[in-house]
Amino acid sequence: MDPRPKIEARNLDFFYGEKQALKNLNIACPDKQVTAIIGPSGCGKSTFIRTLNRMNDVVTGTRVRGEILLDGKNIHAGDIDVVDLRRRVGMVFQKPNPFPKSIYDNVAYGLRVNGLRNRDRLDETVEKSLRAAALWDEVKDRLRENAFALSGGQQQRLCIARALAVEPEVMLFDEPCSAIDPIATAKIEDLIQRMKQDYTIVIVTHNMQQAARVSDFTAFLMLGELIEFGETKTIFTAPSEKLTEDYVTGRFG
Amino acid sequence: MKTKKLVQFAGFLLLRVCLYLVLAVLLILLYDIGSKGGGSISWEFLSKPPRRGMTEGGIFPAIFGTFLVTIVTAVLAIPLGMFTAIYLNEYARQGRLTRLIRLSIRNLSGVPSIVYGLFGVILFVNIFKFGTSILSAGLTLGLMTLPWTITASEEALKTIPNSYREGSLALGATKWQSIRTNVLPYAMPGMLTGTVLGLARAAGETAPIMFTGAAFFLPMLPKSLSDQFMALPYHLYIMATQHHDIAKVRPLAYGTALVLIALVLGLNMTAVVLRFRLRRKRRM
Repeated sequence: MDPRPKIEARNLDFFYGEKQALKNLNIACPDKQVTAIIGPSGCGKSTFIRTLNRMNDVVTGTRVRGEILLDGKNIHAGDIDVVDLRRRVGMVFQKPNPFPKSIYDNVAYGLRVNGLRNRDRLDETVEKSLRAAALWDEVKDRLRENAFALSGGQQQRLCIARALAVEPEVMLFDEPCSAIDPIATAKIEDLIQRMKQDYTIVIVTHNMQQAARVSDFTAFLMLGELIEFGETKTIFTAPSEKLTEDYVTGRFG
Repeated sequence: MKTKKLVQFAGFLLLRVCLYLVLAVLLILLYDIGSKGGGSISWEFLSKPPRRGMTEGGIFPAIFGTFLVTIVTAVLAIPLGMFTAIYLNEYARQGRLTRLIRLSIRNLSGVPSIVYGLFGVILFVNIFKFGTSILSAGLTLGLMTLPWTITASEEALKTIPNSYREGSLALGATKWQSIRTNVLPYAMPGMLTGTVLGLARAAGETAPIMFTGAAFFLPMLPKSLSDQFMALPYHLYIMATQHHDIAKVRPLAYGTALVLIALVLGLNMTAVVLRFRLRRKRRM
């Protein structure tokens, strides 16, 4: 039934100092599908998604045990370059975080740090990425303006465009809509739906309707443990765990 | 209800009085020096060396010396201070060691300047054999300025949100690329301001240069960094306390003080303008 997993956690433990934040997680995110991670606050959703591009490496005092496989290869293996990994596994953060540069320079940032200097190629990729993020029509006449002048929803789509520009294989969304309004949220959900043709997507959300709307698979975490993982339809209509049912029906959380 | 407003009024009044007091001290000082020294300022005073046992003539060698020594100070303190701050804030593993280092740096900024002066004599003049020279004095001032530049630069780096760093890393930038293109440009105005303020402070110091290179009087301008030099603060110190006819040179001393203050003020203004322009450029 499942397509092959693109990115997969195996027996994953994660520690902040002595505190264990993730306990023996096994989650396989299928290729070109949307996997949602849901669960109450503090359950480890964000910690989990940040292990997938080794973003936690920069947090001091953290420790990972277990494996994360990208195309079957452990991303903690010695010959994996973390910089290259992060280019292949893009990330959109909870709060829109445009850089204080022009809209153009924001999208071109990832290309430039990866060594692209050719103006035409840059122009081309910036336009393509902005189109893919459904932002092109709104900003095409003001590419030189500071990205801070955009609205919150536009900023988040700019961050998506910026991530898409470096042509990742996996896109991670860490509660991408928690800081923006419902209309902007709808646009981003729509975008995620369309993006899954080309990308494997993992999205953390505390909005269960959102998970139900956009995802194909859902993992329900609680206190760092995986309670249930399966097709979204099943998780929301016929979960096998009592805890999952209580959570998705809004009895707690 | 009434008392609440009264308390607020009293509070604001107190704050305002404090501000006016500080301003008053500054203005009185400036007025005193300006009125007593203003008369000595002339083109000759600024462009000619002292004559007749420093009772006549100008202070050009002292201005020139202070200028040179400040450049040496800047060459040591600016890059070293900024790089140290970058390392401490961006690269070093935060822990007991970095806390200890920070504590030491903050303590160093409290060490009396005369101690730096004596340390400079031992290290630069004697051990490194730079002699009493512009180089020794500038390096001594540089050491004294370092804690300020490091601290100011680190504070500037701390104001840059972590999301700039993480956002950049997540796009496949290396740590250095993230810092260079997404942290430093935005921290630079603050770093430069703090650094220039430190330089301004160094330019006005007497004790660290007294034994390391500043001379009482020199008939000629220094030709290289290993020559001795005259400096404004030291010149002022001599005219005010060591001269054989203090009463006679008093106007010249005030004039020197005025020039020194103008120089320091000028450096501080440079810092303000620099920060303003860099900020505006970043905002586009």
